[in-house]
Amino acid sequence: MTVSAPITAEEAVSCIRTGDTVMVGGFGLVGAPLTLIDALVEHSDASDLTIVSNNIGEPGRGLGRLLRQGRIRRGISSYFTSNPEAVAAVNAGELAATLVPQGTFAEAIRAGGAGIGGFYTPVGAGTVLAEGKEERLLDGVRHVLEEPLRADVALVYAARADPLGNLWYRRTARNFNPVMATAAKITVAEVGELLPLGALEPESVVTPHLYVDYLVVRS
Amino acid sequence: MTGDVKARIAERAALELRAGEIVNLGIGIPNLIPAFLPQGSGVVLHTENGLLGVGPRPGVEELDPDLIDAAKQPITALPGAAYFDSAASFAMIRGGHVDVAALGALEVSAAGDIANWAVPGKDVLGVGGAMDLVVGARKVIVTMTATSSGGEPKVVAECRYPLTAAGVADVIVTELSVFRFVDGELRLTELLGDATVDDVAAVTTAPFVVSLEESRVPL
Repeated sequence: MTVSAPITAEEAVSCIRTGDTVMVGGFGLVGAPLTLIDALVEHSDASDLTIVSNNIGEPGRGLGRLLRQGRIRRGISSYFTSNPEAVAAVNAGELAATLVPQGTFAEAIRAGGAGIGGFYTPVGAGTVLAEGKEERLLDGVRHVLEEPLRADVALVYAARADPLGNLWYRRTARNFNPVMATAAKITVAEVGELLPLGALEPESVVTPHLYVDYLVVRS
Repeated sequence: MTGDVKARIAERAALELRAGEIVNLGIGIPNLIPAFLPQGSGVVLHTENGLLGVGPRPGVEELDPDLIDAAKQPITALPGAAYFDSAASFAMIRGGHVDVAALGALEVSAAGDIANWAVPGKDVLGVGGAMDLVVGARKVIVTMTATSSGGEPKVVAECRYPLTAAGVADVIVTELSVFRFVDGELRLTELLGDATVDDVAAVTTAPFVVSLEESRVPL
């Protein structure tokens, strides 16, 4: 969809409903859409959420705030350990955890956005993370079938955007944001800077605007 | 484990790296390796959160909140560096385009199995990119102390801890020695410092063959 004017963070998070699956970009807090997460914490009562994010924030920061509100039912992540409160919530039975190797996590999101029904990867074969998954010997190597990840809403962060929603990322704040922008029914991009149309070099656009539904300017 | 022991392991591991190699360094001892690479080593560092061409740690005036490594520590980018998203980064890793992964481990078995991400009943909630890296990198160097903090051997007949991957280790560097996996055989190829074969055997439960090469440690 094509964006028009930016909306407020409060308006943007109103599209998240109880029971939704929400992708949230960022590697730790770097590249995380912190304004949108704060709005979700302060201006939404959607609960029972499945969060797809590399980490569940940090204690009391980013997604760690949403966790403290008890609104995350399940986390799909590669590294819960960076938030000890997430580990404690799992151990207390308050948070269901699906642990995924980081590259499989990224590829599953890419597959979700690219209309791929699943893929075989050698990563994880023969480990506890592959238990219960279909396995195949391909070219003599054990592979595990991984299913794609998709979401109702993706919250991503990009340093720069144009009014159509073309996105440009800065340094390692790119991480999971571009793939997550492709894999949800609704993608909201929080942007550091909104540039006039034509100010982004077409060759430097990382996420073309057709993936982006709403823009929110970082506060 | 003293910092001195860790530094000695990193110093020896640095000698494994060659000009032109693309190298991914894990958290802990591997992160100490760059300090032991000579000026102009030609080794190119990759970090899985999205950068090829990692430079030295920044000074205070160079700190950039958008520029971190996979350990979430601040870094710099060298001239000629390239940024990419997480799916592309792990495609590089799984696709065999990263030459070397150096990482720490809890245990390595006689068959080259690596256990480095989980202690049963304690921490099974953070895997990060470890499984992808050991499966995808062409050469896997394990840097670790010969024994755990509790004095237990870490080069073992069979891993007790959950596996990261089976049969993937190529080299093990400890403070006592270097082991290499050659033709499915674990070989003790080098003694470090004043360690003897008996010293190594006393803390190694994996069967190994003594096949000492000339020491490459500068006197």
